[in-house]
Amino acid sequence: MSTSYQIVVCAGIVPDPLQTLEPVTSPSGPALKNEMLLPAVLDPWASHALYEAAHLAKNTPGSKVWLVSLGPKAKLQQVMMTVAQKVPFEFVALDGPVSGFTEVAEVSTILAEAIQAIPGLDKSKLLVFGGWESASRGAGATMQMVGERLGIVDQFQGVDELKVAADGSLEILERIEGGKHQISKCAGPPALLGWATGNLPEPKNNPQVGMVNMRTVMPALQKAKPVKFAGDGLSFANVALPKQLRETRIVKDKSPDDIAKEIVDWIKK
Amino acid sequence: MEVTETLTGANAGVRRQRLDADIVCVGFGPATAGFLATLSKQLVNADGTPAVESTVMPGVPPQVLCYERADDIGFGVSGVVTKARALRATFPELDRAQIPMAAPVVEEKVLYLLDPHGASRRSVALRLADRLIRTFNWMLPFEEHALKLPWTPAFLHKHGGMVLSLGQFMQWVGAQVQSTGTVQIWPGTPIATVLLEEDNSNVAQASSPAGSAGASPGVSIGSGTLPQPAAGTDCATLTNRSRVVGVRLLDQGVDKKGNPSGGFTPGMDIRAALTVVGDGPVGSIGQQLDAHFDLPHSHHKRDWAVGMKFVVDLPENTMLKPGTVLHTLGYPEPEIFGFLYVHPDRVASLGIFVPSWFDSPARTAYRYLQHWMLHPYLWRYLQGGKLRSWGAKTLGESGRRGEPHLVGDGYARIGEGSGSTNVLTGSGVDEAWATGTQLAEAVLDLLKAKKPFTRQNLDETYVKRRRASWVEREALVAEKSRDGFQRGVVRGLIGMALVGLTNGKLRLGREPLQPWKRIPSLEGYYHGRITPNEIAELHAECAAKGVSLHDMVMDKIGWPAVPFDGRLLVSHQDALLMGGKVQAPPGFADHVVFLYPELCQKCGTKICIEMCSGQAITRGENHVPNFDREKCVHCGACLWNCAQPLAYDSERGNIAFRAGTGGLHSAEN
Repeated sequence: MSTSYQIVVCAGIVPDPLQTLEPVTSPSGPALKNEMLLPAVLDPWASHALYEAAHLAKNTPGSKVWLVSLGPKAKLQQVMMTVAQKVPFEFVALDGPVSGFTEVAEVSTILAEAIQAIPGLDKSKLLVFGGWESASRGAGATMQMVGERLGIVDQFQGVDELKVAADGSLEILERIEGGKHQISKCAGPPALLGWATGNLPEPKNNPQVGMVNMRTVMPALQKAKPVKFAGDGLSFANVALPKQLRETRIVKDKSPDDIAKEIVDWIKK
Repeated sequence: MEVTETLTGANAGVRRQRLDADIVCVGFGPATAGFLATLSKQLVNADGTPAVESTVMPGVPPQVLCYERADDIGFGVSGVVTKARALRATFPELDRAQIPMAAPVVEEKVLYLLDPHGASRRSVALRLADRLIRTFNWMLPFEEHALKLPWTPAFLHKHGGMVLSLGQFMQWVGAQVQSTGTVQIWPGTPIATVLLEEDNSNVAQASSPAGSAGASPGVSIGSGTLPQPAAGTDCATLTNRSRVVGVRLLDQGVDKKGNPSGGFTPGMDIRAALTVVGDGPVGSIGQQLDAHFDLPHSHHKRDWAVGMKFVVDLPENTMLKPGTVLHTLGYPEPEIFGFLYVHPDRVASLGIFVPSWFDSPARTAYRYLQHWMLHPYLWRYLQGGKLRSWGAKTLGESGRRGEPHLVGDGYARIGEGSGSTNVLTGSGVDEAWATGTQLAEAVLDLLKAKKPFTRQNLDETYVKRRRASWVEREALVAEKSRDGFQRGVVRGLIGMALVGLTNGKLRLGREPLQPWKRIPSLEGYYHGRITPNEIAELHAECAAKGVSLHDMVMDKIGWPAVPFDGRLLVSHQDALLMGGKVQAPPGFADHVVFLYPELCQKCGTKICIEMCSGQAITRGENHVPNFDREKCVHCGACLWNCAQPLAYDSERGNIAFRAGTGGLHSAEN
């Protein structure tokens, strides 16, 4: 059976994971110190979802990928300079705060509304992709709630692989405890997949893809809908970094066994 | 999709995709930012129609692409204090509040730092001066082993200017430029080679100086034989009449040597009527153009400095106000200059410059930076502070003397790599920006007149503007202002003062030597302080431990140990991992290459190892250094520092510094 998909990828932006992050208390609640000064990247979990979406669309004629992203417009624009070179997509921008401290219920409502507003969306072809977790939020709840708001009952979290069978059904590998996978099947769209790491490498930069994407990215940014969070009923009891002890040594000539032994010895100390 | 075929060079014969644009820019630094900020505002009329038309996509504005090597715009650049004349000309309504970490200059001091440890290497004249200062300190503005210069010449002042984080500023400018929708900036996309064409329409990529990413006819990388003198290009048919027709992006999915491996993706050819080269002092394309077209008569690029800096959270009780600017000289070595600029919110950019006339064969910017911070005058401000990020870059310090051919058929050069830095005032960002705006105005003139980007047309528009501007006028004054440093620090300072106060009529000193001629042996440099036998023992000990020599040498001559505190005083390795951090995406070739192993084998100083800002160059087998791309911050210090000249070109060393990906991930620098 031949089908095509409308794949909507929800992907936020987060501070570049190579930065040193420090929580602070701001007038509006907890925040990351100098977050707006730090370089941002597309959330690594959601990035995998985007690459998987592009791969599926490429192999399924007639399919299309949308990227829905919530963040400050200027930061979104900057991140798109890198992301837009990777894979083809149509951009949907939502201009709002970027933070792991926003209320999941509100974020998911805003994302679901943005998806529903995509012109020509056909729910019978809809696959909603996103990160199972996020680099700024470990709850793993956002995508689940987006699916609920869209009325999608077939949801899969911690996905590492998606296969399309000849009859159009979807076979999905989900991570479960003990380092194992659970294999599920569903008849087809609509479905929501919260991706773990997938199996695809980061696509190489392609200037032509970038030029094509930019035709939709800049207009999307210009008409990005401003978003505000009420934050009602949300309070944080405590925000802190785990205590850490740093001892750095970079080695290139040790075997994994030796490195593991040294780390174990260090922990025992 | 059109396909073009390369004739020679890296992965020759590979079929490559081709993309046509009107203008392609190499590197997104202040010069290109000035170019794009000026150009982008004038490509479209107020009613949305094109002010000028694309030749590759008729009916729409020109297609303008900019490729930046670093993983994001604003990575890998530096903090500055600038008069911001050119910036304000472009943005007359500039609101500093929009630019994170910007502050108006409120106070400037120049400090002469005395050596509290007696470990630095000071001339007789300086020792005498130090003694006089200490004897009469009660009647001088002297405190904490530092003399505040009671007067500094006006040409050094930055009154009315601002302190900036160039990283944050570049992000801000990038947003302004991109939001016009007329320009695309693509970070994480290094350009490997420039594409040259003869009248017969043959296309070839120019090699990197002394070898490209692949073997070229006269240049065999890693071979055991020295090459014959090479013409500087891979294609012998190309002459200096050839024209630039675009650039080639870096191959992806290759091994360390550039050979195809898993997921090989040939770099795309970007063809454009105009290539704007603003890739800085160590940019690959600038180097290739210098090699191919040579520099104008009597010009050379021999003066440079390694700038290394920290961004620091100052202690909560700091007395330093935003906009404070401190410049220092005299310590940790007389040749090393320091700076401390205070941003809003208790943040400071601070660091040192290690110049080419500092002759130590064991020079290390990192260790010296820590001793500089620990100087009593500065440490009282810094103690209790915390390192936010770290970075390094080299600066071309030849100024107008290092100016290349500014234009040719199909290309124009702007910014630091075009010799725009004013070496008297120590100002580079404003000048670079100005050259970008001058080129943009010239390009708009030519586009409106529907004239091609020939050498003559660019000469009559861009070069003419530049020659008539304050950039040129001040650069001419500054051109030989630092020659005195070739004969010592004191004469250097006197020479700068003479040039500055007489508007260039008087000067002191001599023509700079090639860098390798200024690097003495360890035994010679430390004569009287460390014996040759002790140096041999240190060599052996360092070789056994696989570490560089400078720490042990500095310990030996009396530098105190650095008291690491895990916050501000951290090991070099920790600095690589704090704040900035280095990234090296897989699938790209090494961008630092030791061209001829036999030259490394006979090199006694291995200054490339000592000077490496990221400890990316280490001791290797058979006395040939190793390069670790995962630690490289792309400062380019190795390119300048090599002690072994090439047989066929004494202006170049045995290290090739090519286009490469990755580097520091810090936007605060």
